[in-house]
Amino acid sequence: MSAAEEVVAEGHEAVEAVPKRAMTLGTGTSLVVLAALLIVPVFVKNFIIFQMTMVLIYGLAVLALNILTGGSGQFSLGQSAFYAVGAYTSAVLMEHANVNYALTIPISAAICFGFGYLFGKPALRLSGIYLALATFALATAMPQLLKLNFLEHWTGGVQGLVVTKPDAPFGLPMSQDMWLYYFTLAVTGAIYIFSVNLLRSRSGRAFMAIRDNEIAASSMGVNVALYKTLAFGVSAGITGVAGSLGAIAVQFVAPDSYTITLAISLFLGMVVGGVGWLPGSFVGAAFIIFVPNMAESISKGLSGAVFGVLLFLVIYLVPHGARQVAILGQQLVGKLKRN
Amino acid sequence: MELFTNQVLAGIATGAIYACMALAVVMIYQAIDHLNFAQGEMAMFSTFISWQLMQWGVSYWFAFLITLAFSFVAGIAIERILFKPLVKAPVLTNVAGFIALFAIINSSAGLIWDFTIKQYPTPFGSAPFLGSQLISTHQAGMIGVTVALLLALYFFFQYTRIGLAMRAAASVPESARLVGINTSWMIALGWGMATAIGSIAGMLIAPVVFLEPNMMGGVLIYGFAAAVLGGLSSPFGAVVGGFLVGVFENLAGTYIPGVGNELKLPIALALIISVLVVKPAGLFGRHIVKRV
Repeated sequence: MSAAEEVVAEGHEAVEAVPKRAMTLGTGTSLVVLAALLIVPVFVKNFIIFQMTMVLIYGLAVLALNILTGGSGQFSLGQSAFYAVGAYTSAVLMEHANVNYALTIPISAAICFGFGYLFGKPALRLSGIYLALATFALATAMPQLLKLNFLEHWTGGVQGLVVTKPDAPFGLPMSQDMWLYYFTLAVTGAIYIFSVNLLRSRSGRAFMAIRDNEIAASSMGVNVALYKTLAFGVSAGITGVAGSLGAIAVQFVAPDSYTITLAISLFLGMVVGGVGWLPGSFVGAAFIIFVPNMAESISKGLSGAVFGVLLFLVIYLVPHGARQVAILGQQLVGKLKRN
Repeated sequence: MELFTNQVLAGIATGAIYACMALAVVMIYQAIDHLNFAQGEMAMFSTFISWQLMQWGVSYWFAFLITLAFSFVAGIAIERILFKPLVKAPVLTNVAGFIALFAIINSSAGLIWDFTIKQYPTPFGSAPFLGSQLISTHQAGMIGVTVALLLALYFFFQYTRIGLAMRAAASVPESARLVGINTSWMIALGWGMATAIGSIAGMLIAPVVFLEPNMMGGVLIYGFAAAVLGGLSSPFGAVVGGFLVGVFENLAGTYIPGVGNELKLPIALALIISVLVVKPAGLFGRHIVKRV
């Protein structure tokens, strides 16, 4: 069918263009949110603190996907694989080599960055649906690879590994959960600031140029191959950190915790939070953690259907996710000020 | 050598399942330009409907036809009610919609018919086909139906006005609208046809994998892989892709040491990706040229 070459005009990009200024929150709002995140744990129960920790951790993983998809326009269903590598790196280092938990985090970031960068190389040839399939293959392979016999000494096979939860250092008078929450918050804050600055930098502009029009970007002198693989590396690195923190918070790693279901949840989190809007990642994370539980409490037998209906409601009301809500709020505040 | 031939034959037999599913995948991709993640669940639900009809005493072929009609209407209804409002929403939001639909159908089927495994009858019988132990008459029948379906689709798209209109609406919607094609209804029609083809696939697959709400999980993945391998724009490619994936999977399981049932899927996918790296538009897909 040589005569049937299709020509696709511009304006049909898979990921819509989000200008870089619209990707973050203003300084004032950020400080208010940070203050709330610092104060709330003092007043709530340990279980809620644990859930807040999980929101931050999944938020980081969604943020990583957001940099890849919202930033550089590449789609990935393989984030669960990077998450698993991060989690296992921490667990193995802590349990077999007695490395301090805080030290395992930069190590797994580095390992996952390398892994993602290398995976990004062959993925360069693929885009759109084909890239989705490739990353999907990675996600389905990962749990099976972790179960392999010759790795069993390190990974614990199907049984997985139990991870010890760290105590608060310097004799600080707080529970393990609370310490872990503040620790996670510190790491998350650092990575968030890093991501915001990354997207505002030269590299970030290169990502967005590739997302909006690859051919135009390359003729403007952007090294497309380099920046696409770099985006994969950065995304995998951040996901790896999230995986490490997740392993420490849950105190357990097993191959079946990191299946394709996790990757799909992270994807849903990104859509609900708003593709390309970094603060939305945490809103999306809260959605994927709390809504399934809510659905379960509404109806046990039909929890899947209830979840589906809720998800439909969200995408009908706000097809652009939490970003749309934020924009509406901003306009409302603007109007009130003028009056 | 005999082992090799046997494995290839067994691969073709399972490949027929994937080919069926891949056809449905390509159908909807042609109509709406997305992969529908809920397609397998829709097929499963249709199969349950036909099973329920047969439980009530309807004969196989009658149940088959009713299910076909039901699926066609249901497909159109899903598009009109659930996805038409999302036409202007971003692509990724649509994908989230498919995932939501997946959850809804899977969970409802589980509630209506529960999760126990059910036997499903076959119209072709399950005796060995032409004296071969590897292919049963059911599998041979399945291959036959797949090929017939492919031919029917080919004639539909190539030689009927409505087939032409659907192709036009899918490839250049703007120009199609200008010549008076109702593109929005063409999309709905595409959904209806894809759902009907999916229901045929489901009814053919059910005797092999047994009937239960999660029966389509694995099949859909292979179906996607087959469709992508063959090139998403070509129904013929999808069928060839289906058979290739079936054969790949069986040979990998037999000849690569240490590959149990668990690693079959990743290996098959890895092979497909290697093919895609060389031919990014799939084996029979059209090459898409982008304009700046």
